[in-house]
Amino acid sequence: MNFDFSDDQKQLRDQARKFLAEKCSPKAVRVVLDGKAPYDKELWKGLAEMGFLGVAIPEDFGGAGAGHLELCVIAEEMGRANAPVPFSSTVYLAAEALLIAGSDAQKKKWLPTIAAGEAIGTLALFEGKGNPSPKNVKLTAANGVLNGVKKPVADGAIADFAVVAARTGSSGRENDISLFLVDLKAGGVEIKSLTNLDPTRGQAELTFKDCKAEPLGAAGDGWSILTQVLDRAAVLCAFEQVGGSDRALEMGRDYALDRIAFGRQIGSFQAVKHMLADMYVSATLARSNSYYGAWALSTNAAELPEAAAAARISATQAFQHCAKNNIQVHGGMGFTWEFDCHMYYRRANAMALGLGSLSYWEDQLIDRMRKKNAA
Amino acid sequence: MNFDDTPQEAEFRATARAWISANAPRQYEDELRKSSLGRTALKNANILEVAKTWQKKKADAGWACLHWPKEYGGRGSSPIERVIWQQEEGPFGQLSRMFIIGHGMCGPTMMAFAREEHKRTYLPPLASGEKVWCQLFSEPAGGSDVAGLRTRAEKDGDDWIVNGQKIWTSGAHYSDYGILLTRTDPTVPKHKGLTMFFLDMKSPGVEVRPIKQASGASDFNEVYFTNVRIPDYQRLGEVGDGWNVSLTTLMNERSAIGAAVSTGFPELFEYCSSLMLDDGPAIEDRAVRSKLANWAVKASGLKYTSMRAISALSKGERPGPENSIGKLVAGSMIQDVATYALDLQGAAGVVSGPEDAEVAGRFQAMLLRAPGTRVEGGTDEIMRNIIAERVLGLPGDIRVDKDVPFNKIPTKGR
Repeated sequence: MNFDFSDDQKQLRDQARKFLAEKCSPKAVRVVLDGKAPYDKELWKGLAEMGFLGVAIPEDFGGAGAGHLELCVIAEEMGRANAPVPFSSTVYLAAEALLIAGSDAQKKKWLPTIAAGEAIGTLALFEGKGNPSPKNVKLTAANGVLNGVKKPVADGAIADFAVVAARTGSSGRENDISLFLVDLKAGGVEIKSLTNLDPTRGQAELTFKDCKAEPLGAAGDGWSILTQVLDRAAVLCAFEQVGGSDRALEMGRDYALDRIAFGRQIGSFQAVKHMLADMYVSATLARSNSYYGAWALSTNAAELPEAAAAARISATQAFQHCAKNNIQVHGGMGFTWEFDCHMYYRRANAMALGLGSLSYWEDQLIDRMRKKNAA
Repeated sequence: MNFDDTPQEAEFRATARAWISANAPRQYEDELRKSSLGRTALKNANILEVAKTWQKKKADAGWACLHWPKEYGGRGSSPIERVIWQQEEGPFGQLSRMFIIGHGMCGPTMMAFAREEHKRTYLPPLASGEKVWCQLFSEPAGGSDVAGLRTRAEKDGDDWIVNGQKIWTSGAHYSDYGILLTRTDPTVPKHKGLTMFFLDMKSPGVEVRPIKQASGASDFNEVYFTNVRIPDYQRLGEVGDGWNVSLTTLMNERSAIGAAVSTGFPELFEYCSSLMLDDGPAIEDRAVRSKLANWAVKASGLKYTSMRAISALSKGERPGPENSIGKLVAGSMIQDVATYALDLQGAAGVVSGPEDAEVAGRFQAMLLRAPGTRVEGGTDEIMRNIIAERVLGLPGDIRVDKDVPFNKIPTKGR
């Protein structure tokens, strides 16, 4: 049995960690946090040069053709560094949707530009409150044009193209939904930036007015494609969350070792030690669940839906837990803008919602476990 | 990344599976499979006898204590082979419970510190289950702080005379031998005045009294020592070095890699899958689903954490510290699971008798046994200390009694 990443994959992780430590320091993240840039363009370019953007894109489409396990280890490092770039929107959502459902021409058009860092993509699914559900998709597609409003759309203000979920039927079933590709630079879309929990990752409202769009995948297949895309993204995001959890835990641990109060290292008080031990427990459970998700994703196993939901829940909980208690260990300083703790707190809570909230994934997990038991 | 056996592992698994299939006491399989925390018993047989018979059969065929050297009754197997054996033994592994302390703690301590002739005499019958061993460490005055123990051993010629009391000794009532940690010098700081021995539990002056636990059952004992004579050649390690010897014993407690920890989740999921609540099936209730999902990811997280440790063994590496979370997570989880299962039963949850209770009272039994799992083998708080100190590198607790002669340490809080 080898339920672990290979030596090559671990090397790639080390390489990504080193690269990000150099190019994505907290100081660099703060440029975006403070609103001085919408995202870190230099870093984005660097990620392309390193081959990280196209690591799971086949060579025929300009990628490295490595695979999803390689993408998982890079995702972990992106989370650890709290990278202020549209990586998840472009690589986990847009690129995966194209890989699953794109025509040869669509793949040829977009995937090489993604890998080269020349195009940012995103998924436009949500329309206000609510979790992923066909009935929440109101935006319509007819005669090749889209009408409606999507919000929030992650990285919507900087994206070049979007995969858009649209209503093409009214039967009340999943096959009412179809996907479309929209070139956001071609007109027909009004874009408004939204202030959000995590300023290092933008959110936007996209208003489509007779906007030209081309179908992605067969008409009526939209929901089934989306489900697959969300499952894949759940695993990949889980690795980002695992990386973020580990970093928040390390920050808390380091501070507990450095800080003296009542004449002792605060890490010698059980109240603090035990809080950190519990963070380690959450982070470890999340890592193990995510590894299982990675295995299911990389082998396209029948277990993927269940594994993805478990990874999503476990990693979301761990990142929220570690990020909030990291602030608690830091005390008052943890609640300042100056300290980096809040960046992870913001990211953890934003990521907890991005693909649908915890209650949605809890529901999904139980459905999927029941399906497996029935089978 | 894969879950596949190497060719050698696959071969070993096939051999183990074939032998188990031909030899295991299949008539008890169903009952053993259905056992859960607080509920491991056979209806029409004495589980201790069934366990001893199975252990002896395994030993005769070379399947006992796989990782021990052959000359001491083992098979000389690699750690991964031992895990594969546990996986294949499945529900029959429940029958190993009465040997866990002996095989997991006493045996390794004997191997590290006993004289060669003692190892050859005592270890093979320990491996085969013909002789059962217990571990006499905890005392009323020393639980988590085991080095605070007060049982005295005083030198008398070539013997030691032991007086005192041990508590929470698993299986002392059916044990033949025990390893015993004593205080031989109360005038030095507590960790420095301890000495380890092994002894015959039938020695004159040893009295075993079962403890009636909060659950009503009796798995543990008090053991009283009144002028018990132990020959010096049964000493393990140097005089005054008992603390270091005991660390060997306790380190072997981590041997639990690959052994499944009970979380109660499979039982709860099964229960909820068929349970009807007032307004429909439990499994379709939003609140129930949320609870189940949260426990599901803990259970799967533990399962795959264990898989990661097993993978390390398979590659011949030392597993990382991840496995230290198992007991901490499972202990409080099974308590919460049992509490919730009763909540779902409403007023009827109060009935615990197997004949009248829901699902034969398995969750009531689980609830009543659960507090013990959070205490035995290291309390939740000690487990958190271990993670904080050994995994995260945080400072040890401040110990005000560390450098104080043992007989000067206060014995009462107020």
